[in-house]
Amino acid sequence: MSDPLEKILIKGGRILDPASNRDEVGDLLVEDGLIRELGPSIKAPNDCKTIDAKGKLVVPGLIDLHTHLREPGFEYKETVATATAAAAWGGFTTVCCMPNTEPVNDNQAVTEFILEKAKEEGIVHVLPVGAITKGSKGEELAEMAELVAAGCVAVSDDGLPVMNSQVMRQAMNYAKIFDVPVIDHCEDLNLTADGVMFEGEVSTALGLRGIPASSETVMVARDIELAELTGARVHLAHISTAGSVALIRDAKRRGVRVTAETCPHYFTLTDEAVRGYNSNAKMKPPLGAQSDQAAVRAGLADGTLEVIATDHAPHAADEKEQELDCAPFGIVGLETALPLSLRLVDEGVLSLMEAIRKLTAGPAAVLGKKTGRLEIGDRADISIIDPNAEWTVKAQSFKSLGKNSPFIGWTMKGRATAVIVAGKLIENALSSTG
Amino acid sequence: MTLKRKDILSIADLEREEMDLILHTAESFKEVSMRDIKKVPALRGKTVINLFFEPSTRTRTSFELAAKRLSADVINISAGASSTTKHETLLDTSKNIQALQSDYIVVRHHSSGAAHFLASALHCSVINAGDGTHEHPSQGLLDLLTIKEKRGDFKGLKVVIVGDILHSRVANSDIHGLLKYGADVHLVGPPTLIPRGIEKWGVTVHYHLDEALASADVIILLRLQLERQGKSFFPTIREYSKLYGLNRRRLSLADPKCLVMHPGPINRGIEVTSEVADGLSSVILEQVTNGLAVRMALFFLLSGGSRE
Repeated sequence: MSDPLEKILIKGGRILDPASNRDEVGDLLVEDGLIRELGPSIKAPNDCKTIDAKGKLVVPGLIDLHTHLREPGFEYKETVATATAAAAWGGFTTVCCMPNTEPVNDNQAVTEFILEKAKEEGIVHVLPVGAITKGSKGEELAEMAELVAAGCVAVSDDGLPVMNSQVMRQAMNYAKIFDVPVIDHCEDLNLTADGVMFEGEVSTALGLRGIPASSETVMVARDIELAELTGARVHLAHISTAGSVALIRDAKRRGVRVTAETCPHYFTLTDEAVRGYNSNAKMKPPLGAQSDQAAVRAGLADGTLEVIATDHAPHAADEKEQELDCAPFGIVGLETALPLSLRLVDEGVLSLMEAIRKLTAGPAAVLGKKTGRLEIGDRADISIIDPNAEWTVKAQSFKSLGKNSPFIGWTMKGRATAVIVAGKLIENALSSTG
Repeated sequence: MTLKRKDILSIADLEREEMDLILHTAESFKEVSMRDIKKVPALRGKTVINLFFEPSTRTRTSFELAAKRLSADVINISAGASSTTKHETLLDTSKNIQALQSDYIVVRHHSSGAAHFLASALHCSVINAGDGTHEHPSQGLLDLLTIKEKRGDFKGLKVVIVGDILHSRVANSDIHGLLKYGADVHLVGPPTLIPRGIEKWGVTVHYHLDEALASADVIILLRLQLERQGKSFFPTIREYSKLYGLNRRRLSLADPKCLVMHPGPINRGIEVTSEVADGLSSVILEQVTNGLAVRMALFFLLSGGSRE
């Protein structure tokens, strides 16, 4: 960790920076952990490592707004070390970690523990998200000033949504002091009841208890109302239904301060993936109908959804290898999000610039940070992507401890061959085994 | 012809020819139960394990007797309470059972898909004896056999299924089987107990029993799980019974030769009055007899047995 930072010259790549709309072939020089120079042709200084990036994309390091590191408390599922290794492999240089750990990240000590772990064992930057309420119980507000002072960049009761609208209103109101976004996992727990998959034809055929689309949509409607009432910065996590996309589009048109993300599985899969009782297709919100998938894609295309996040939710194999009712919700995503997002480019849903924006400048804007961009003098967080590299997703090759992916066996196109994290180069080899 | 599959998990994935084969074989096995010595050696040396995670008397007994009439050895395991309190996973429990070299596992489980889960993990034959709210294929097949015996043909037959469709694995299996044979299937119950999107299977949904019963050929009543009361599916059992209970007046709306069926056990006075349950239209006990024959046929055909 304390090695002196090398000088790195990235040569001849297609430099793509959504924040400045730069799209040109050129060179980029990293020195002292910063972006030193950007230009059509840079002469290599002495003692400089040169990376040939011909045919590759040089983009800001990807930022994931929605990661579950599982540490502290669930180290058998994932750790800071393994999740950040997975992140680097997937092209991410920053992850925002959700507070539903054990103990919940609702106080300074837990935030400091996570940041200390990240400093010692982490491979990419870790930005903690603090809890909205104590213990994420949805009752009393957590000490937000302390959380923010300790390093939290947002607040959320992800996984245990705040059901009480008055508590949510006060949380949004209070968050204005610190100007941090309130991230909501939109789910009406009463409508979800004991549902395990999307309610529709497939749940009926499989005899599985359904979660209606309204479970998400009614909470999106509530949060938009509360965002309007309070004027707070509200970010809606993992949006999956057509109804939610329509509500958010309308709210933005009216000027409500609301941002939103979706995840690769919602624009790639539908509830059909659950057939065969596939527990790796079980997550919250559940995979929706074809019409929901189409609406999510349209929402990405027209900017209603400005962020692609992973909702990386690792679980142990024996937890997922159970009858579907008992298997926990969630799938891993850090190592597959980039190629799944690039598929949207091949399919004509997004331009390459827009796809990269949703993984860089988009999330940076939600956080209100001047990152996720390539500017001279910025910290050098860079992702180098071979957009044409074909590879097969294999569970045993995942850096994540979690192997719970519905994409195992898929052929992917595009991967990050290297990332630079604050000037430190990490090269991503394709595993030769397996 | 033989049955070319390892497991019986659902009627949805059975081909029409496979269903024909099972029903024909069951018809010939009915004769065995009429003999003085009710036993044939077809499954001698085979082991059947009844693995029941939910309480059951009639289904378990029927499978047990079916296996014994074919000369198999049978073990019954009520795994419900014991395995969950010991925190053994379903997979571990069943791998242990397989390690005893069993040939068949008959499984009933409260989770939909549990039988599929076992079938993909184990190399012995798995018969689904009811998984959650998904399917109960042997019940579906015995219902088909009962209707076939009484009516001969399914084509155009109006079959009305009444009650809690949402939570009924029997309804799911019946619907798939009846539709495959070309019956005209009607479902009736409160909208809170009708699953989303089921009309797309090709059934007609009603909320009023009288309207659904007009010139019905078969009425299949479902057992109401009494614990559903007070969970906002319907206000009270009294009101449910008023709206969806079958009585003599309502039965008179159906075809005079209409059959009344029920998978049992009956909540007398709730789904059906005693007068109707015990009346001339009722074939409820024939269903039980046919269940035995269907289960013998399933064991026999899965062992590679053929029908000449």
